[in-house]
Amino acid sequence: MSNNLQTFTKGLVKENPILVLLLGCCPTLATTTSAINGMSMGLATTFVLLLSNIFISLLKGFIPDKVRIPCFIVVIASFVTVVQLVMQAFVPDIYETLGLFIPLIVVNCIVLGRAEAFASKNPVWPSLLDGLGMGLGFTFALTLLGCIREFLGNGSIFGFGILPETAKILVFILPPGAFICLGFVIAIVNKLKKESH
Amino acid sequence: MKYLIIILSTVLVNNVIFSQFLGICPFLGTSKKTSTALGMGAAVIFVLTLATLVTWLTNEYILQPLHIGFLQTIAFILIIAALVQMVEIILKKISPSLYTALGVFLPLITTNCAVLGVSLTVVTKEFAFVEGEAARLLSLGESVIYAVGIAIGFALALIIFAGVREHIDLMEPPKGMKGTPIALITAGILALAFMGFTGIV
Repeated sequence: MSNNLQTFTKGLVKENPILVLLLGCCPTLATTTSAINGMSMGLATTFVLLLSNIFISLLKGFIPDKVRIPCFIVVIASFVTVVQLVMQAFVPDIYETLGLFIPLIVVNCIVLGRAEAFASKNPVWPSLLDGLGMGLGFTFALTLLGCIREFLGNGSIFGFGILPETAKILVFILPPGAFICLGFVIAIVNKLKKESH
Repeated sequence: MKYLIIILSTVLVNNVIFSQFLGICPFLGTSKKTSTALGMGAAVIFVLTLATLVTWLTNEYILQPLHIGFLQTIAFILIIAALVQMVEIILKKISPSLYTALGVFLPLITTNCAVLGVSLTVVTKEFAFVEGEAARLLSLGESVIYAVGIAIGFALALIIFAGVREHIDLMEPPKGMKGTPIALITAGILALAFMGFTGIV
């Protein structure tokens, strides 16, 4: 049981895909212009990660070793198409904002990385926990970055205005702010990691 | 003139890395040395152009007539993966010297989101070049030029960034900033510089 718990929690903190492993940078930088965008992107990725981990773990006995990567990509791409169509139907506004980055979940290194490194070697239950943990870790990092950028650039968090109009620093919701924000967040994480050792 | 506008806007104004955020992983991963940056840049120009050409044709003559446009994502990623593999095999056979120069970067390109991103953009997004003209999808020629521009923009950003990073290695940043954080902040400052191009086309 403690082993399962560890599988689940390692994605949240110790092996957080963005803050520690630096995987999947493109959606991290592009979709975190506001907290809500970051969170939607994170949840969409979590869904794909969870289902692809489960299915790849179920199929691992049938997939020949030589063609495993194309097989994984087909499984992942199918779920991405599902997410794409569902979002288009039920939350068209968010789908519009996230745009290209929903289909691009296919080439997100985290999803393929977990399929290759974990789901293809482990039974269903741990793979499910691993996918969920990694996905939530990703969502957490994206939401955090979205909050920081929205707060600095737009003076609000999740759409609730906090800072007055004059205190906004527009550059933080523009592309350069994404790089600079992520840089500082990772620097802080590095610092905390060193202190905890 | 139209082609010039496409090239200018993709290389400088809407630079693939600094304003569209595609292909950040190889951008951070292969920018430690100028020589690797050059190799990666060349490989991306090659594959991106070819991939866009093939996916555009697939979309126009296979997916659209059969009304299975929703399969774009699956179809494109498979085409790109197969294409990269094929390019690798062909290069190995006909030009070993080019293969040794680009070889190590080719497999990495399959997961470069710029390739899938551009393939999807040119078949879904509508552009208007001249003011007043109705927005429309790109034709084959325009799509290929668009891909070339994006790839040149990628190579340009990568090479500039690698040059800066080589110098940063000689500096002593604060301990926590070492490595990725300082690289990201550098990229941020470069992105600020590229924002200066906004409005030229």
